[in-house]
Amino acid sequence: MYSIILATASRYLLLLLLMFSVFLLFRGHNEPGGGFVGGLVAAAAYALYFIANGIEAARTIVRFEPIMIIAAGLCTAVASTLPSLVVGKSFMTAVWVDTGIPFVGKVGTPLLFDLGVYFLVLGITLCIIFSLAEEDRL
Amino acid sequence: MSKIIMLPILFPVCAALIMIFFRRSVAMHRILNVAATASMLVVSLVILGSVRSEGILSLQVGGWEAPFGITLVADMLSSIMVVSAALIGFTTALYSLGTIDEEREHFFYYPLLQLLLMGINGAFLTGDIFNLYVWFEVMLISSFVLLVLGGRPQQLEGAIKYVTLNLLSSSVFLAAAGILYGTAGTLNMADLAMRIPLLDHRELLSVVAVLFLITFGVKAAIFPLFFWLPASYHTPPVAVSAIFAGLLTKVGVYAIMRFFTTIFTHDGVSFIHQVLLVLSAFTMVVGVLGAVVQYDMRKLLSFHIISQIGYMIFALAVQSPLAIAGALFYIVHNIVAKTNLFYLSGLVHRLKGSWDLREIGGIYRFYPMLGLLFLVPALGLAGIPPLSGFWAKYVVIKAGIDSEHYLLVGVALGVSMLTLFSMMKIWNEGFWKNDPRGEGSVEDEGYLRTPTMKKAVTLVPIIMLGFLTVMFGLWFEPFFEFADRAAYELLDVYNYIDAVIGGRS
Repeated sequence: MYSIILATASRYLLLLLLMFSVFLLFRGHNEPGGGFVGGLVAAAAYALYFIANGIEAARTIVRFEPIMIIAAGLCTAVASTLPSLVVGKSFMTAVWVDTGIPFVGKVGTPLLFDLGVYFLVLGITLCIIFSLAEEDRL
Repeated sequence: MSKIIMLPILFPVCAALIMIFFRRSVAMHRILNVAATASMLVVSLVILGSVRSEGILSLQVGGWEAPFGITLVADMLSSIMVVSAALIGFTTALYSLGTIDEEREHFFYYPLLQLLLMGINGAFLTGDIFNLYVWFEVMLISSFVLLVLGGRPQQLEGAIKYVTLNLLSSSVFLAAAGILYGTAGTLNMADLAMRIPLLDHRELLSVVAVLFLITFGVKAAIFPLFFWLPASYHTPPVAVSAIFAGLLTKVGVYAIMRFFTTIFTHDGVSFIHQVLLVLSAFTMVVGVLGAVVQYDMRKLLSFHIISQIGYMIFALAVQSPLAIAGALFYIVHNIVAKTNLFYLSGLVHRLKGSWDLREIGGIYRFYPMLGLLFLVPALGLAGIPPLSGFWAKYVVIKAGIDSEHYLLVGVALGVSMLTLFSMMKIWNEGFWKNDPRGEGSVEDEGYLRTPTMKKAVTLVPIIMLGFLTVMFGLWFEPFFEFADRAAYELLDVYNYIDAVIGGRS
């Protein structure tokens, strides 16, 4: 079933929801939110787009294959554990760098880890949604 | 130096990730898989060496101090187990090159193998019970996928039993961990070992101990929780069966060993050792009887795993230093011999095209060297001197006699005879008797057409493990020294506590 209202709205909603998911990701450091919720919201954004426009359109707009997003997320998460070794602390210890830039402040490996979780959750959810959608069509 | 102990966990995950990025290139997967397992073997040997010279190594992950954060600990027991895991990982990586079909390779066979090894190494190295649960899950989920990869009906049927029972045991594990945390206020193994003797309210501890016994009993396939094993282990490709047979049940035995020598040592749970004694007898007998009646090679070997687990549990239940060392030596010997037998069964299947011993025969006549290669692990498993199984059984039975468990010693000896009988059954049926289908069918076309490289990579692991079985037997003492040291470390808990928590002050 194709609804022109939903299809039009979903284009704008996609952008809004993605922005919101990034907001949740950054908010997660001190307040409720974080990579997991952010990733889920981002996946929900694409899911909405898929419902409105169909699987092909959704695949085009995601661009990367979900499995690659999963791999990228995992790699980011693993990479976030490595700086601790470079500075000679115990494995997986958080390393913070004070950038001195206003509004950015200190940046550290936990953010990188969260980013990894964000992509991992996004990738897995998309992987599930796309597989189910394709099964449905068969 | 202690940072090195996270490498056996970090290597596989990195290898698996790189493989996913290069998922179209199977050649890349193969190379990475062998390279990652080989480097894991080197690293694990280095760990073993440094544990031997420096004592227990511990690593506080994230810099959070011991009872609060997650600790990775490599004592003698853990490092021996990690070396065995890496060894089997490496040989399976080689063996897979020759036997796994390209379709499975495309469906992430190699990354899954790496993740399985990561889970196993994590379970061996962690010093925290909840973390152990997580590693168990990593291991189980990879093994679920490896088990059903290929999707034949027979595989799915086996997988349903495997998955159901293992998920159930995981939830029991979680419940037990929850109750233990509620009672003792910590899940760090060293901290538990320190606190449990001082606890006021011990009523729940025996419940927790039994729950943990059930959980690990399922993983280790001890009586009466074993039936998922013979139902599922013969269904996946041989390389997968071999790594499962070699390592997965041993993780359960390792956990029982760790829990009932380090954590639950006080008087309140000494009944566990009585329970273990009885269960070990049943496990030995039921396993071997199951094996004797089987004609399917892999089912026969699967039942054998259970029977061999019985010996290990028996030794653990006896609890003397000699028995614990014997159990550990037994585990390593069994990992090597059992995996080797599975590799060989795969080769026999390649040659003859059937798993059913009644339908095949005459291998010895055309491939005498293969017969020799089979006899080494088969007689090793049965306990014929001078192979490794003889010493393993000798130590376990000696410990049994010293502690006056005569009935169980009798059972163990009887089961040993039946083990020999069932190994000879494979020999007589598969290797010695004439092929019932006549001489013409002996040369299996498929095998002759496989490239020499593929034949070589399937034979190298078999020769490597066979060589080890002989080595364990001939140079028993230097190998046993490691096991002995591990047993003393396990029974002297203060060492362990000191290495994990004491380093702080």
